[in-house]
Amino acid sequence: MIKIPSAHYLAIAPVLIYFGASLALLITSALRRSRLSASAATSLSVLSSVAVIVVAVFEWLYVSRHGASETVAHAIVLDRFGVLATVAVALGTLLTSLVAKDWATRSKILGIENQILILATSAGAIMMAVANDLIVIFLGLEILSIGLYVLVAMDRHRARSAEAALKYFLLGGLAAAIFIYGVAILYGATGTTTISTMSLYFATNYLLHPGLAYLGGALVLIAFAFKVAAVPFHNWAPDVYEGAPTPITGYMAAIVKVGAFLGFIRVILSGLGTNLDTWRPILFALIVLSTVVGAVLGLAQKNVKRLLAYSSINQAGFMLLGLWAGTARGVASTLFFVCTYVPVIIATFAIVGLVSGASDEAHDIDSYRGLGRRQPWLGAALAVLLLSQLGAPFTLGFFAKFSVVASALDASGTTLGLVTMLSAAIAAVFYLRWTQLLFADDKVSQSRVEIPAATGTVIALGVATVLIFGVWPTPIMWLCQHASIAFLP
Amino acid sequence: MMHSSWWLSALLLVPLFGIALVLLVRRRPGASYVAGIGVATVEMVLSIIVAWMYNPNISRTGIDFATRHVISAPLGLAYDVSLDGISLLMMLLTSLTLLLALIGARDKRREPALISWLLVLTTASMGSFLAHDLLLFFLFFELTLVPSYFLISQWGGAERIRAAMKFFVYTFVGSVPLLIGILFLGFKNQHYVRGALDFSYTTLSSVSLTHTASVVLFCAFGFAFAVKAPIWPFHTWSPITYAEAPTAGSIEMSALLAKLGSYGLVRFAIGLFPLALNDMRPIVLTLAVIGILYGSAMACVAADLKRVIAYSSVAQMGFIILGAISGSKIAMIGAVLLMFNHGVITIGFFLLVGFIEKRRQVNTIKDLRGLQSSAPVMAALFTVVLLASIGLPGLSGFISEYLILLGTFATHAWWAVFGALGVVGAALYWLWVYQRVFHGQADSKNREIEDVNSKERWVLVPVVALILVLGVFPRPAIDKISPSITNLIVHVSQAGASK
Repeated sequence: MIKIPSAHYLAIAPVLIYFGASLALLITSALRRSRLSASAATSLSVLSSVAVIVVAVFEWLYVSRHGASETVAHAIVLDRFGVLATVAVALGTLLTSLVAKDWATRSKILGIENQILILATSAGAIMMAVANDLIVIFLGLEILSIGLYVLVAMDRHRARSAEAALKYFLLGGLAAAIFIYGVAILYGATGTTTISTMSLYFATNYLLHPGLAYLGGALVLIAFAFKVAAVPFHNWAPDVYEGAPTPITGYMAAIVKVGAFLGFIRVILSGLGTNLDTWRPILFALIVLSTVVGAVLGLAQKNVKRLLAYSSINQAGFMLLGLWAGTARGVASTLFFVCTYVPVIIATFAIVGLVSGASDEAHDIDSYRGLGRRQPWLGAALAVLLLSQLGAPFTLGFFAKFSVVASALDASGTTLGLVTMLSAAIAAVFYLRWTQLLFADDKVSQSRVEIPAATGTVIALGVATVLIFGVWPTPIMWLCQHASIAFLP
Repeated sequence: MMHSSWWLSALLLVPLFGIALVLLVRRRPGASYVAGIGVATVEMVLSIIVAWMYNPNISRTGIDFATRHVISAPLGLAYDVSLDGISLLMMLLTSLTLLLALIGARDKRREPALISWLLVLTTASMGSFLAHDLLLFFLFFELTLVPSYFLISQWGGAERIRAAMKFFVYTFVGSVPLLIGILFLGFKNQHYVRGALDFSYTTLSSVSLTHTASVVLFCAFGFAFAVKAPIWPFHTWSPITYAEAPTAGSIEMSALLAKLGSYGLVRFAIGLFPLALNDMRPIVLTLAVIGILYGSAMACVAADLKRVIAYSSVAQMGFIILGAISGSKIAMIGAVLLMFNHGVITIGFFLLVGFIEKRRQVNTIKDLRGLQSSAPVMAALFTVVLLASIGLPGLSGFISEYLILLGTFATHAWWAVFGALGVVGAALYWLWVYQRVFHGQADSKNREIEDVNSKERWVLVPVVALILVLGVFPRPAIDKISPSITNLIVHVSQAGASK
């Protein structure tokens, strides 16, 4: 007889809320004769995201009082690290559901499937972040990925959407296979799939023949590198970013990074942390390649979604710096980077979605010519968001870059610091070229971009976050620091 | 008793509130211009009051108006501002540049945006000069790039986009080693004291470094400042940038932002790494002298007036660096004075070139001829500024260059000898430029040129006044700055002797 493990419901409440909301929507829309309105579905998404954030607050307080704990047969961990990620995912979901609603109206995507899928996908991302077991990480990864495969294909009016989904699906499936194969090998090497037990195993045993463990770890690492689009596992990103419906691209860029990076940190630093020196050269290569290739190839892009894809590859290289450092400071800074990337990138893609019009096709950088002159607020908002990604001072992006580079330097990674910052200087060229184009005075008569209320709110929130926390990063940094202080084994 | 730091915070905040004001009245034609000038006047008055109040003998270090608030301990971020003799004149120059650039180089294309960027630039450069914390300094130092980029790329000449990008990328790359160096120093200190991450200048100046570390860090910091200044051979971005920028932008960049380079060198590279000086001094001195000679030579052959000013600035920055690094107190006082005087002189030059450009739409030397006959007042004003730049005794350029050469001669005679050739060079190219532009028989277009009107004359009054006053009566300024410089020189020589 199988024993049912006890569950601490507070720990799994966020996942349950999202799944519950998703299922509720699915069932209601199937049972009702008339079509459920998009606004109702969006409201439910927003409400459940707010609920998740509230639950996360209680989780944080609970952890403060009782310390971190494991539940559901050690498969799920309740710690501040996971709680903060939950908040980031919930925030991303909230913003995306607002943007997606306007997009669906604009592009005539009927039905509420996008909201259902977004909710389920977010549950997957949270699951990855709170998992203490490789199998659960895999579950989260699959839930996240499958949701995204469908979301990428959501735009039925564009062939590219389906093409991108297929590409993503094939390569993502391969990555998942690699991941689960790596997990199997790690299980063979250590006899467990639980991350904390694995870490204990490595700490208490000396491996005479560590080859098996290394192979397993390397495969898992590759799968994560694929998910975060680190070079040389990045080839899918530009095509998928371009083909996916624009709000979904933003969602993907934000949520996948949160889920994958948090899972990545748990596996590499917690599970395999005692062997960090084994993984460091690989991470080193991933960082150098991602930052440099992302920045250099970004220069050649005329399509803004491809440009942002290369930009996100470059940013992924920066996020890896904290993992390479492997210290509490490193974890905190990667967490800071990932969490602050969420509102920025979603707001950026929200603007890109607005400019691309109803057909979601106008992605050429020339569509932005003079945008800031016709619509100063929209232009200024995009400029702020781009400058933040560039890492301009007194924006959130500066402190994100600063903290990861600082953590690398603290772990004597001067070379990495130099290379990544120089890549930022290269990347600055395409961010600036775009920003400058916004205010160029060439008289191209283009119609005004309509800004629906929900999307406008998201953009305003993104810009406000960038500017407010760009001067006063204290609260976010405080959260990230406290989330990672008691995290390392 | 030390003065309240609120004065300095006000200097940083006034331009920011000014932006809100300018944008608020943007719809009314001309209102944003008035608002901008109002804000700049307030800033100028505040600066003068602060300079008046500044007491150089308040402490051994000459630091006044100081405060420090930690904003984020894990990041090492703190609001830490203060004023001392080295930053005093730079603070005044920042306000002066803003005011004169606004009045004298009015550009009616999208005026509210232009003025806003100028105000952002003012806060950024003011912050760089007042920051007493390396991270805060870096933040402001980097922030200057953003408004500069927009000023050039939005309001510049035909090649503006390329120029703006070149400027941005050069200086951004230059600042990368600076950031790494700052972080390295911060962690070095943190590992030593086992406390919080702290980038305060006071803390970091007491970090004990090995000789090699000092040299490497000096190079990292020096590179950033050499690009910014610009010092030969890192100057290649500057001629095209100064030439393509709109007049207001050229003024801000050459009169003010270039000083961030020399200021950074004096305050941070020299102040933090005195151990490196013995090794690095001959190299920097040589680069400075090459810069002086190279700048003078290039100014002789430059085809347009803005490029002449750009290359002349390279030469003048060479003088500043020469005095700053020479290790002599007199030369360093001269260097700090020259930072201010060169700023004032450059404002004068760019304003006058702007006036010529407004009338003739060109600033290429071969198209201009015989302006003296039709615009005698303009010619006279140009002469005053030009003579100050050459270093005529009795004008402000003389006293500072004289102090630099005098001090440098005492410590490093040969470099001073070659540097002095630059004074001859300056006379050569400026007089030659004057001869080609203002003398001779004017052709039709140049004959009909209108002389400077009364408003333009008034703009140049402060420039000429400062040139004359600081030329004959620099004593008050020197009294205010010398305690801080004495302290720096003592710190440097003690560190060199004790370690």
